[in-house]
Amino acid sequence: MPEPKRSLPPFGVMAEFDDPERLVQAVKRAREAGFRHLDAYTPFPVTELTEALDIRDNRVPWLTLMGGIVGAAVGFGMQVWTNLDYPIPIGGRPLVAIPATMLITFELTVLGAVLSAIIGMLVLNRLPRLHHPLFGVPEFHLASVDKFFLVIFGDDPRFEEAGGFLNGLAPVRVLDVPQTEGPE
Amino acid sequence: MTDTTRDTEGATAYAHVTAEVTRIPLHYPRPKAWWLCFLPACGLLAVFFTALGVLLWNGVGVWGVNIPVNWGFDIINYIWFLGIGHAGTLISALLLLLNVHWRNSLNRFAEAMTLFAVVCAGLYPLMHLGRPWLFYWMAPYPNSMTLWPQFKSPLTWDFFAVLTYLTVSALFWYIGIVPDLAATRDRANGRLAQVLYGLGALGWRGSARHWARWGQAYRLTAAIAVPLVVSVHSEISLLLAAGPVPGWNSTVFPPYFVLGAAFSGFAVVSMIAVVLRKALGLEDLVRPLHLDMLGRLLLATGLMTAYGYAAEVFDTLYAAEPADLSLLADRLTGPFAWSYWGAVIGNFLPLQLLWWRGVRRHPLALFLIGFSAMVGMWCERFMLLATTLHHSWLASSWRPYTPSFWEVSLFVGMLGVFLVPFLLFIRFLPVISAFEVKEALFEESGEKGAGHA
Repeated sequence: MPEPKRSLPPFGVMAEFDDPERLVQAVKRAREAGFRHLDAYTPFPVTELTEALDIRDNRVPWLTLMGGIVGAAVGFGMQVWTNLDYPIPIGGRPLVAIPATMLITFELTVLGAVLSAIIGMLVLNRLPRLHHPLFGVPEFHLASVDKFFLVIFGDDPRFEEAGGFLNGLAPVRVLDVPQTEGPE
Repeated sequence: MTDTTRDTEGATAYAHVTAEVTRIPLHYPRPKAWWLCFLPACGLLAVFFTALGVLLWNGVGVWGVNIPVNWGFDIINYIWFLGIGHAGTLISALLLLLNVHWRNSLNRFAEAMTLFAVVCAGLYPLMHLGRPWLFYWMAPYPNSMTLWPQFKSPLTWDFFAVLTYLTVSALFWYIGIVPDLAATRDRANGRLAQVLYGLGALGWRGSARHWARWGQAYRLTAAIAVPLVVSVHSEISLLLAAGPVPGWNSTVFPPYFVLGAAFSGFAVVSMIAVVLRKALGLEDLVRPLHLDMLGRLLLATGLMTAYGYAAEVFDTLYAAEPADLSLLADRLTGPFAWSYWGAVIGNFLPLQLLWWRGVRRHPLALFLIGFSAMVGMWCERFMLLATTLHHSWLASSWRPYTPSFWEVSLFVGMLGVFLVPFLLFIRFLPVISAFEVKEALFEESGEKGAGHA
């Protein structure tokens, strides 16, 4: 995600398609043409785009695993430590009874994993971010209905050619995305 | 030429789905009918607060519970509500992982049902504490008494299980609804609606990078939620099964409880599906196919629950412990025999009609069968607690149990605690997952295209 500049160069240029397959083709051709700073916007997840945009980000699964491990350690450690800190010996049974600790250990594993998956996903996506230059384009509201957008960002090294290139892909239309001054 | 026609059709289909779903919160189709449901639900909520006030002022003595039946409506309804909740997670998470497309028309309201049912369930153990304001004593925190919770007790496990389940189902439901909140935000005309849906949507804009991470988080949470459901209801069965009480101390309890929970929940999901599609004109999205699938799920889990009943009786007869045999006889013929036979008849008799496809696809029939199973499962929860506790080891400790007026009114009011937020959800949020329906449409069109080529 590019940082907004002071003197407002364009944020990017946007092409609208009415079919997810065309968008995937467009993304592939844009990458072949050498554009690197681009993103696609769709009303529903299109798995082919992950490949076409070469998104190889597995931080969410790793965070989930870490959260699960931390949760398990906290859950198990808490029970072991409290049982030793305030021992209640009953009939010579072990103070640290492993089977009796497993349920809470499992629950906290789940809690840690899910919290880190979801919070991690939001943080990595830089959400919540209520204001964004794309929302300044009136047609962009169709990105949550039935239109599919390809955006080449203004900081792409070959941004000069971007408008002409997108027009060549026969989209529904090509639109400039102006930079908007928003709260940072 | 044909290519363009297909595209326009595809695009119209996507727009149609979005319009169908988002028109409900933005231009609610039947406001009068909604108020006719909402006002009585608020009345029930008032009953709840009255019964709660009476309870807090006087203590649990206003209930009919006493030694030996010290778990009455509180724990019966706790288990019942939580069980209903489990079906939402199973429909949503399990069927997501299995990549079953028809789930997309059902998962949103099923998850909302889960959320509110878990809230109702969670309130019960709090209220039955006697001094609910001290509930935080269940949490391990350094305190001036230098005490820790008893981590070897199923009661403490319960605290962790229900809190985890509530958190996970709320988060799963929320990240599932965010893209549809964005769609509602983009179609809202009023400023207030734009701002409120916009806040809920967190600034979602459908970026492919966001979707990629979202998909990872969503599927991982789903994969974790399925064993979570099994663990939560197994743990609840241990509240009973871990005690040396005839009628409870049985290894069949965890699976028996989990399946019964799924069964009662599918029953309620079927009822909600039938009512919603009719009331909101969602026949395009919740089609007879979906009712058919719900009917099959209901039939399958119902038969598995029936197996649990048979296994329990067989267990008792085979072990031939005198106390267990005496309890079994009491269940079948004693003062609470109505609850045993109510459960058997309500759960399994109308259920057999679901073998017929025509019945599964008939909305009213499915609704009535679901209702019967819901009542039947309540009878089962009553039977499991009341018969067991009132008929313990020693004949000298056998005592009757009659629920008191305030116990019953708290339960009646609790239906309001469920209905009020659920009706608000129907009125103000997208009740069907529009983007997942669209995704399924796209994938199906791709499969068809590939088939032709």
